[in-house]
Amino acid sequence: MNAAAQGIRRYTMKERVIHWTSALTFGYALATGLAFYSPHLYWIAIVLGGAPTSRFWHPIIALVFIVTLAWMLGNWLGDMRITAVDRAWGKAMSRYVENKDEDLPPSDRFNLGQKYFFWVMVWAGLGLVTSGSVLWFPEMIQWNLRFLRYAAILIHVACALITIGAFIIHVYMGTAMVRGGFTSIILGEVSPAWAKMHHRLWYQRVTGK
Amino acid sequence: MANLRIQKISGHAGPAPGQGVQRQDQVAKLIDTTTCIGCKACEVACMEWNDLPFRETTFNNTYQTMPHMAWNYWTLIRFDERPHEDGTFQWLMRKDGCMHCADPGCLAACPADGAIVQYENGIVDFQQDSCIGCQYCVTGCPFNVPKFNPQTKRVFKCTLCSDRVSQGLEPACIKACPTGCLHFGTKDDMKALGEARAQQLREHSSYANAGVYDPAGVGGTGVMYVLHDATNPEAYGGLPSNPRVPWTVRLWKGPLKWLGNLAMIGGLIGVTLHYLRFGPKHVKDDSAGGEA
Repeated sequence: MNAAAQGIRRYTMKERVIHWTSALTFGYALATGLAFYSPHLYWIAIVLGGAPTSRFWHPIIALVFIVTLAWMLGNWLGDMRITAVDRAWGKAMSRYVENKDEDLPPSDRFNLGQKYFFWVMVWAGLGLVTSGSVLWFPEMIQWNLRFLRYAAILIHVACALITIGAFIIHVYMGTAMVRGGFTSIILGEVSPAWAKMHHRLWYQRVTGK
Repeated sequence: MANLRIQKISGHAGPAPGQGVQRQDQVAKLIDTTTCIGCKACEVACMEWNDLPFRETTFNNTYQTMPHMAWNYWTLIRFDERPHEDGTFQWLMRKDGCMHCADPGCLAACPADGAIVQYENGIVDFQQDSCIGCQYCVTGCPFNVPKFNPQTKRVFKCTLCSDRVSQGLEPACIKACPTGCLHFGTKDDMKALGEARAQQLREHSSYANAGVYDPAGVGGTGVMYVLHDATNPEAYGGLPSNPRVPWTVRLWKGPLKWLGNLAMIGGLIGVTLHYLRFGPKHVKDDSAGGEA
C-alpha cells in the first residue's frame, strides 16, 4: 500500500457495524448448529455454555442475523445486481483464481464472486429462517401437514451446508487471499491502488479519474 | 447400572456402552382393543404411578374428554365410532401412547447425546436431564407421541414404566386394567398371545380381518395391538397403516451428514491448497497511473 496516497472510503461506519453484527451472529448460529449437526461436534455446545443454552439461543441469535441480512439486502441491492460487466468478468474468473488479475475485465464496487456470495447468503438465509421457524415450533404444524416438518429438516441442513461453503471461501478471501480486504471492512478505507486493481469501475466512479 | 443396559443412544459418537453386555428379553405390551371397555383406568394409573400433575379435561359431547396426549398425559384411549353398512355402528377404543419401536424415529432424529436411549429390553426412554428441547423427536416420531413442555423445555412420553419393569413389575396401566385387555411380557410371548387371540376372533366371530398390529416399517413395536380389522388401522384414531421413520430424517442423519462433512473438510483443504499454490493477491504499487 502506498502510505502517501489518500485512502478511499469503501465501507461506511454503518455498513461495517452491520457486517460485523452479521458475522458474529452467523458465527454463533453456525457453531451451535454444527453442534446439533453431528455427535462428533456436540462438544461445541458444551463449550458455549451447554447444549440446552445453545439450543435456546440458536434461533434467537439467528433471527438477529436474518435482520442484518435484510438490512444488507436493502442497502446493497443496487450494488449487487449482476450486470454485463460481471458476465465478462465471470468468463475470465479462472484468471482471478490464479492471481492473474491484470488479465481481468474491470469490475464495479463488487465483483461477480462477491455478488454470488451475497445472493447465496440471501437465498440460503431465507431457506434457513423459513425451515427454522418450522423446526422451532413443530407442534404449530398440524399433524396432517407433517410433510412440512420433514421438508424443513432437509431444507435447513442443505441451506446451512451451502452457507458454510460460501462462508469458508468468504473468510479465506477476505483475510488471507485478498490483502487489504480485511482492513477495509474494519477501518472502512482502501488505498487508491487497491481500489484500482480490484474494483476499477468503482474507483473511476468515486474518484472521477 | 442402567447405563450398562443401553443398546442405542441418541446423538452419540461411538458405540453404545451396553450393547450385548447383558442377556435381556425384549419386553412388550399387548393391547387387545376387542376387550377394551374404555374405562380409562390405565390413564389414571399412569398419572398416579408417574406422579403427573393434574390436567383439565374437556367436554365436547364425546367420551374423548382428553383430546390428545400431553407432556403430563402419556396415554389415553382414543374413541372412534365406526358406522357399518347395515346401519349399526361399532365403538373402537384404542389405548394410545408410545409404541416403543425397535427402530425409533425419535432416537434417530435426536441430536442430544443420551437424551433418548433404548434399553437392551427394548424400552425407549427419554432422559430429560440430557434433553435440550429441540423437539426433533416430535418430527422423527411416526406416531405423534413425544410432547413438549414449554415451561421446562423438555420432551416427555410414556416410559413403559421402565422404573417398574427394571424391578420386575409390570407397567402401572397393565396392573390397573379391569378387563385384562392389557398384557405385558416378553415380545415373543405377547406376539403369540396376540396371534392366538386374533385367530380366535377370525374363527369364532365375524371379525374375519382380525390381526396383530406390529408394524415392520419401524422394526416392530414394543406395544402391539389386537385389532378387529387389521386391514384398516387408520380407523382406530389414525393409527398409521405403514409407519416409517421419515425418509428425510434418514437422509439427513445418513448420506447427507457424511457428504456435508466431506464438503466442509474439502472446503478447508481446498482454500489451504489454493493459498499454498497461488498465495495472496498483492496490489502492484502503480506509479501515478493512467488507464491500463
